Amino acid sequence: MGITRTPTSLTQSSATRGGIGESTLRPDGTLKVTGEFAYSSDLWHEDMLWGYTLRSTVAHAAIVSIDTGEALATPGVYAVLTYDDLPTEVKHYGLEIRDTPVLAHGKVRHHGEPVALVAADHPETARRAAAKIRVEYEPLPVITDEASATAPDAVLVHEGRDDHHIGHVPHPNIVHRQPVVRGDAAAAAARADVVVSGEYVFGMQDQAFLGPESGLAVPAEDGGVDLYVATQWLHSDLGQIAPVLGLPERKVRMTLSGVGGAFGGREDLSMQIHGCLLALRTGKPVKIVYNRFESFFGHVHRHPARLWYEHGATRDGRLTHVRCRIVLDGGAYASSSPAVVGNAASLSIGPYVVDDVDVEALALYTNNPPCGAMRGFGAVQACFAYEAQMDRVAAELGMDPVEFRQINAMEQGAVMPTGQTVDSPAPVAELLRRVKSRPLPPERQWETTEGADVRALPGGLSNTTHGEGVVRGVGYAVGIKNVGFSEGFDDYSTARVRMQAINGEAVATVHTAMAEVGQGGVTVHAQIARSELGVTQVTIQPADTQVGSAGSTSASRQTYMTGGAVKNTCEAVRAKVLDLGRRKFGTYHPAWATAELLLEDGKVVTDGGEVLAGIAEVLDDEVVDLELEFRHRPTQAFDLRTGQGNGHVQYSFAAHRAVVEVDTELGLVKVVELACAQDVGKALNPLSVVGQIQGGTTQGLGVAVMEEIVVDPVTALVRNPSFTDYLIPTILDTPTIPVDVLELADAQAPYGLRGVGEAPTLSSTPAVLAAIRQATGLALNRTPVRPEHLTGP
Amino acid sequence: MEFLRPASWQEALAAKAEHPTALPIAGGTDVMVEINFDHRRPDHLLDLNRIGELEEWETGTDTVRLGASVPYARIMSGLRAELPGLALASHTVASPQIRNRGGVGGNLGTASPAGDAHPALLAGGGAVEAESVRGSRLIPIDDFYTGVKRNALAPDELIRAVHLKKATGPQQFSKVGTRNAMVIAVCAFGIALHPDTRTVRTGIGSAAPTPIRAGTAEEFLTAALDEGGLWDSRKPVPPAVAGQFAALVAGAANPIDDVRGTAAYRRHALGVMARRTLGWTWEQYRAEG
Repeated sequence: MGITRTPTSLTQSSATRGGIGESTLRPDGTLKVTGEFAYSSDLWHEDMLWGYTLRSTVAHAAIVSIDTGEALATPGVYAVLTYDDLPTEVKHYGLEIRDTPVLAHGKVRHHGEPVALVAADHPETARRAAAKIRVEYEPLPVITDEASATAPDAVLVHEGRDDHHIGHVPHPNIVHRQPVVRGDAAAAAARADVVVSGEYVFGMQDQAFLGPESGLAVPAEDGGVDLYVATQWLHSDLGQIAPVLGLPERKVRMTLSGVGGAFGGREDLSMQIHGCLLALRTGKPVKIVYNRFESFFGHVHRHPARLWYEHGATRDGRLTHVRCRIVLDGGAYASSSPAVVGNAASLSIGPYVVDDVDVEALALYTNNPPCGAMRGFGAVQACFAYEAQMDRVAAELGMDPVEFRQINAMEQGAVMPTGQTVDSPAPVAELLRRVKSRPLPPERQWETTEGADVRALPGGLSNTTHGEGVVRGVGYAVGIKNVGFSEGFDDYSTARVRMQAINGEAVATVHTAMAEVGQGGVTVHAQIARSELGVTQVTIQPADTQVGSAGSTSASRQTYMTGGAVKNTCEAVRAKVLDLGRRKFGTYHPAWATAELLLEDGKVVTDGGEVLAGIAEVLDDEVVDLELEFRHRPTQAFDLRTGQGNGHVQYSFAAHRAVVEVDTELGLVKVVELACAQDVGKALNPLSVVGQIQGGTTQGLGVAVMEEIVVDPVTALVRNPSFTDYLIPTILDTPTIPVDVLELADAQAPYGLRGVGEAPTLSSTPAVLAAIRQATGLALNRTPVRPEHLTGP
Repeated sequence: MEFLRPASWQEALAAKAEHPTALPIAGGTDVMVEINFDHRRPDHLLDLNRIGELEEWETGTDTVRLGASVPYARIMSGLRAELPGLALASHTVASPQIRNRGGVGGNLGTASPAGDAHPALLAGGGAVEAESVRGSRLIPIDDFYTGVKRNALAPDELIRAVHLKKATGPQQFSKVGTRNAMVIAVCAFGIALHPDTRTVRTGIGSAAPTPIRAGTAEEFLTAALDEGGLWDSRKPVPPAVAGQFAALVAGAANPIDDVRGTAAYRRHALGVMARRTLGWTWEQYRAEG
């Protein structure tokens, strides 16, 4: 039918064999490295149209009028849609609070908000027609920070809120507020020998995934639509898309397309509804691809934050109490702000034992760009601040900063500020010990026999120093991240596994809706199927909505949840296969009835190693095909006044040591080494685990020294929506990242594993900041650090 | 948009005369970005890629005639001895892929104050060979940059080459960016010692509406080296002289606050780069003596 679908099934056999615990190679690795992998931006359909989104040029304004006449009259244009063209009564969407209009209605609330859509036979035609749409704006006061948001006479970003947070927030421009109160912080403060307080600022980081938002919507004969798209959670998208289109969910068939990175930025919808609306209106397939500029407006960012902390400690280095206040800027729409608040509040103290705690975290509605999920999800901002505080308290006490952390480090059995007991390994002190005990990289590592190697110096190829002004610094940090969805959310995944014999060989097919965004689920699922079913060849089917929800590829949860679902279904399939065997061959050998039976190397074997039959022989013409859901243990909501509750499923820990060289005269930084130690419970694929840790570490480095979306404090306009001015680390900015992986099993988790992806993003940033502070002697309460912060005014 | 593909330099000049608003494109590393983002929509694109002589250079006794399209990668590998400042600057341009496509002609045509080649061209000294159907002329590099992204070319002229003085002494180039590679300049500085004329020339990038020389700083240093007899003695430059030179370079800039950096930081950084690059070039001069 003349359609390029992406991706196709990934069949993994001899080239990628290996069960759990082996460093099986990615089935799509070669394709990606050679540029042959088809991403969602490569989707194509004959006779397709191109969609384009007209976005607001101002941050907060009433829409006086929209004139689409000239755009519609442009040759090659098939449709121009505004809010008035939305087909049903449902005109909003949102992850938790449906506060986001599909197209702006009455007013725009942030720079780059979608206002109108155009479909045309060429992308340029669509773009040029969109430029002919005349939108008349009347400026409204711009809400940019806590002061302007919560002023008594503040303009409300959203009027008439009826979401379930409005009852407990102190102001309608606050999305959600979560206190956590435990013990008596005021009384404990009186016992402190030293008290350190500080204010910290965390800049707005972008996920900066390389594959821009894109997808293809194809209208179907039954009045429905087939949508191919790069996303993080197909079923969550579906639940938001279908009502706006006025279609039952079964008529919106979604297939995951090739995803070029996500990091949280694809949890919210981008082009999904827009593409479907245009396809259904025109009766033609419609493709939408954002360019890099538009991508910066096409997804939410990491919440920028202001954080106030007070730590107290006794002379012998024990924390007495912590008080903190975390203000997250959620921007114009809620996205996942409530859950980010819950994380920031519950993880605000870090991986330390503190009995007396008084915490407040909240997220604002402002006219800044909407912020939501990004790797680390609320725990990142807190870690930056509490780790800076830990260094300052240690300095105040005259203690070694690592030793001070180790004295206060939590371990298994510790109680969180939420009252939850940490009931699996929490090797915080050990992780710190491991990074500290590594030998340091040699001093003056830039010196060669032919002079200075500028690539090893701050400034790199820009040739700014040959060693002048360069001072080394070393810093440490450790963090705590939750794994999986928290606060009572019914978090589950689904896996369908089919086993059959083809040409005398037992093979397995795994079908889930898990979004492969680069994390390696497609590799791990095949490893699990091999280990559980004793087969070599496993086919991973494309993720789509023809199978039950897998939940989001986020919260470090997919190996735990969808990996757990695959394991769970495989076990049920194995039981069926063994039942089949017993029925067919049970009478021939008593072991069928008496022994523990396993599937190994294509055979049914006893636990004693005796071969009873080939699996293919057992299956013959039968197909065993099961689809089952898998859940982690339930969690509880946090009490809205005290924050008490068993809110999290599992905790994950990583520690970093950063070694930096700082050109103290120019304020330029070279991170020389960023060593990490992390407990992963069980490394299902050790190579992937190291890759995740190195990637998370690098993303944390990025927001330490360069990555920031700059928003004008007066106009709330984004000033650097490009890769020219939003910088992410190149390979020359990426240090050596030695990784020390611990495997201390969590008895609750499949294979004992612990979610890996986010924890290293937490501690990387404060470790780099601590190292820069040591090199410069500056306080540095803000990240990212810019050169002018290091050189003074 | 019409795409003109002249097969020869003469055809290119004729096309430019016929369509003075035609936008020349060679490596496309600036032009294609502008077109892709719809920042620019010329009626005509004038593709210079079929004109082989633009990708060649000729080395004379005192000068190099560098074709407008010679890619940065080849300047780095082939002209390190003759044009050391420009070779260093070339190495800071973007990524290897861009360095394989982009050339000095594009930097000059765009005339962005952030173009990496400009400080090295200003410090090394030379002239731009501009040509039209009316004839050819040499525009001294000092007169070439006329405003923000404006240059001295007439509408019907194309850049054929740059005539650059072969180095007679050490040259250096430094650029501050907030990343260790592939970064646009926050500010940049080029310096060239000219022992033959006993002068020093400089170039400043990204710190004024156009690339500029730090004239007062050059005059001060030239005089100080002369008065101290340092060209002959090859003694170290006194710290006070280097410090004053750095201060004058910083003072020559006319920077702004923008998303890449503050004006105050740019001034400060230029001073640091001026002092360091003077040190490196002078040490090299002393070592060669």
